[in-house]
Formats: sequence, structure tokens, C-alpha cells
Amino acid sequence: MNHTLVEHASDSTPLADSSVKIAVRGLDFYYGDFQALADITCDIEDNAVTAFIGPSGCGKSTFLRCFNRMNDLIIGTKVEGLITLDGQDIYAPGIDPVDLRRRVGMIFQQPNPFPMTIYDNVAYGPRLHGMRKKADLDEVVETSLKRANLWKEVKDILGRGGLTLSGGQQQRLCIARVLAVQPDVLLMDEPCSAIDPTSVQKIEDLMAELKSSVTIIIVTHNMQQAARVSDETAFFLQEEMGQPAILVEFGRTADIFTSPKDKRTEDYITGRFG
Amino acid sequence: MADERRPGDMPLVSDDVSGLKLVSRSTYVKEAALKNLFLLCAFVAVAGVGLIFVFVGYRGWPIFSEVGLWKFLLGTEWLPTSGLFGILPLFVGSIVVTLGALLLGTPLAVGAAVFLSEIAPPKVRAIVRPAIELLAGVPSVVYGFFGLLILRPIVAQLTGGLGFGPLTAWIILAIMIVPTIATLTEDALRSIPDGVREASYAMGATTWQTISRVLLPAAKIGIVDAVVLGMGRAIGETMAVLMVVGNAPGFFRGAGAPISTLTSQIVMDMPYASGMHRTALFGMAIILFLISMGLVFTVRVLSRMREEPS
Repeated sequence: MNHTLVEHASDSTPLADSSVKIAVRGLDFYYGDFQALADITCDIEDNAVTAFIGPSGCGKSTFLRCFNRMNDLIIGTKVEGLITLDGQDIYAPGIDPVDLRRRVGMIFQQPNPFPMTIYDNVAYGPRLHGMRKKADLDEVVETSLKRANLWKEVKDILGRGGLTLSGGQQQRLCIARVLAVQPDVLLMDEPCSAIDPTSVQKIEDLMAELKSSVTIIIVTHNMQQAARVSDETAFFLQEEMGQPAILVEFGRTADIFTSPKDKRTEDYITGRFG
Repeated sequence: MADERRPGDMPLVSDDVSGLKLVSRSTYVKEAALKNLFLLCAFVAVAGVGLIFVFVGYRGWPIFSEVGLWKFLLGTEWLPTSGLFGILPLFVGSIVVTLGALLLGTPLAVGAAVFLSEIAPPKVRAIVRPAIELLAGVPSVVYGFFGLLILRPIVAQLTGGLGFGPLTAWIILAIMIVPTIATLTEDALRSIPDGVREASYAMGATTWQTISRVLLPAAKIGIVDAVVLGMGRAIGETMAVLMVVGNAPGFFRGAGAPISTLTSQIVMDMPYASGMHRTALFGMAIILFLISMGLVFTVRVLSRMREEPS
């Protein structure tokens, strides 16, 4: 993993701005020789929901995975530019990606509970990080399941396998599992595309509740969803095959959806392509 | 109007079949013939097992009816020339040899499977996996030779004596069961969806934590399944064991002292046994048969457990 710090301080807001949770400056991303993202600069606001929208394959998920360094797990990827979390460069030499992922949790498109009990799924993170006492674990499990709005449904079946739940319940179990390690940031990679509409509603409600304590970034293909749940929206586009994707427009969700500044954004949200 | 046609007036089935072709006679015959051919293949396989069981059972039965089940199973002395047919020492020998091989071989095989499935880059895996599978194709007499000529002298230095005994057999059998356990364990690990690994890494787990806390527990039943099959291989192995175990039909006395097993004793005695001695050998074959049936049954139960989500 190469990392080059690019000087962008002159053309942007100061990184220590307290309302900025994550700052990205001049980010380039490569899969081997293929450049997937080019020169992305943006600020992710603290305690808000930011939506990443754009056509399939435009690098939204790739970008999202830069924030918890999940791309490190793919051989041959390379990040250039700067990403900071609370003003700290997350790709700086010596930064432990394992510790970073404790603070930046992730929810995936396919619900992926571990093949173990509901209780053990939620207790996984706390145990990983050294919590041993049964009473402490019980408390974390209960609090996390309550925060994920799943407690009422599962409180009597905590010993049952996580995979016996419905798809929507599994996704909320995954959210509870992440919340159990009390992350500052929650990355959600199309969390609602594989579950039923009732559960989608529940997860969207949940996002609104969580954003007072957690910064949420959600990748979604569903523009209505982006409009419903997010405070800010970023529109990504890969203009031609083989070319890197760029960040076309980034701003308040209300502005992006009612008066986009860029013609390409307008074409996309009015359904002219993508 | 009299000539107005409503749907109900039309005949639903017409005799005119010009639109759809009927199944041709030759297709029908071919299909039926193939079906029966495959049925015959399956029948021959089952009948083979059945015939062996009946034959072995028929030849071995008198040992139970004339010597007696308990005298045979729990008798502590195998002195066929004096009319003593106690197979307990041989049975214990088989169990000791098998368990020792499992204790040595399982960690080795599971470790290899974890390496192949979770750690090895694809290029390394492409070499190592076929190499492990190749171990399964080496004839057991070759393992026996290796044990006799290379391992035995080393074991002799460690334990004293000649090096014939359980320790040599454990090492040889451990290597022999590695392919069975390693490939099945690797299959079990690889059948775990990648999403589970991603979830664990995204929670801040290290590779080792992911393997030990999520993947191995998730593959638990598959691993037990693999170990049971490895056990079947070890308990039934004859030639390699025969060549290194010493073939002294007494009780297990230590890692370096010669013992014998059910399988090796059958081979040792078969050329000259007659009368009730020969019957006793068939009786031992029945015991071995029942053990393998038990193991196969266990594997089936385990696979059924695996299909149901926990």
C-alpha cells in the first residue's frame, strides 16, 4: 500500500473544523493499473447522514471502503491523497487498520451475520476488544439490540442462530453488532437493496435515530431513499468506460435534488440515464 | 344469434395433433433403456456390499455362536493355536493406533486447510492443494516402506527397542489421513460466504481472530465430518500399519512396544489359519464392518446437521 500525502490545504477548508468528521483531499484510487477514482475532495459532516449516489460501477462503494481501509484486503489496490478522521490521516504510516475499523463500522449489501447465536453475534466485537464479564456483555448486547430496534423481536430468542432471522432482521442484527463497539462512523453499502420494504422502512427510521450519535455514510442506488434519509448528497459518475470516476457534485440533499448545479447531476436525478 | 360461437362451445381437446409432436417411439425406448442401465449400476454397487456382508457374516457367525460373543470381544488373549480367541488386545490396538494418528494428523491437516483456504495466495494454493491430494494417491505399501526404512530407525532411537510399535504407526497414519481431513476441512472453510469474513474484518478483527473465532467455529461440523472420515481411513488401514506396528497380539504397553491391530492380524494369520481360527478372522472382519458402518452413519447424521441453519 503506497501512500502519498498530497498538499491541498491551500484550496480547502481547514481540516480541524469541528463539524467535519471526515475530510478527503485529492483522493486517487487504483485497482492495479486501473484508476477507479480521480481527485476526490469533500468533507463529510459530523452527526449527519451523507448519501453517495450514482450509476452502477461508478466507484461509490470503492470510495466508501477507503474510509475503513477495507480495500487494504484486496491485493494490488493503491490509495493516493488524504483522508482524515477527526483531523488524523487514516493512511498515515503506523496507523492500525484494525483499530480504525473499530471506530468506523460497516454494514454490507447482503446481511452477513456470523453463523452463531444472536447473542454471540452482538457480543463478537466487545469480546474481540477484551470484554469478558458476562454482566458487561449482557448489557452491551441489550443496549445494542435496542439501538438497532431489534430487541423486542429477539429478546426471548438470543440463543437462537443469527441466520434463522428474516433478511431484514439479519440486517438489523448486523447493525446491532456494529453498534456494540460504539463506532463514530457507520458506513452503509446499499444496506437496503437485499431486504423487504417493511424492513427498509425500519432501517431508514433507525438511521434518523442514530445520526445524533453516529456519522452515517450510505451508498444507495435508490434516489428516493437518498432524498428521504440524507442531509448531504454526493453524486459520482464514471463518464466513460475505463476512465476513473469523479465526484460531480456534493451539497445539501435538498439543493442537489431541487436545484442541481451540474447538468450531469440533473440528468441523473431526473432519470435520463443510469 | 344462432351461429354465434362462445368459448364453451369449442371442444377443449381436439383430435388434431398436427401442432404438437408426439414422443417418438425410439426416444421413449432409449430413455427407458438408459434409466434401467443406471439403475443396474447402482444395484451392482449395493449388491456388492450386501454380498460381502452376507459372506463375511456367514463365515464369521460361528465364532459368536460357538465361542461366544463376550469371550470373543472381551477375551484378553489371542492364542488361536491354543483355542483362545480373545480379540480385545487387537481391538484396543486398532483404537490406540487410530486415536494416536488422529491426535497427530488432525491439527496438521486443519492447519494445512486453514493455510490453503485463508492464507495462501492463489498461486501457492494451486501447487500445495494438488500436492496434498497426491498424498492420498500414494499406495499404502509405499507408506509402509517409508515407515519401515526411515521412521522406524529414528523411533528406535527415541523409544529403545527396534522401533516397531504404535509411535511409528501413528506418524505414518497421521501423514496418510492428512489429505482426507485437509481437503474436506478446506471445502468446509471455503463454503463459508466471503461476507462473513468481510464482516469480521470490518469489526476490527485480525486474520487470526477471524479464523479462530468465526471461521473454524462455523466450519465445526465439516471438520468433525472430515475427522470421522479420516478415522475410517486410519482404522481400516492395513498394509502400512502391518509393516511398522510389530504384530505382537498383546495389549498396548507403550509407544515403542510392538502391538497388533484387527486388520494387520487378519493379514498375518490368513495364510495359515484353518477351522475356528479362520472363523475368528471372519468374526474380526464383521467387527471392522460394523465400525465402518457406524462411521458412515455418523457422517450422514453430521451432514444433515450441516444443512440445517443453526
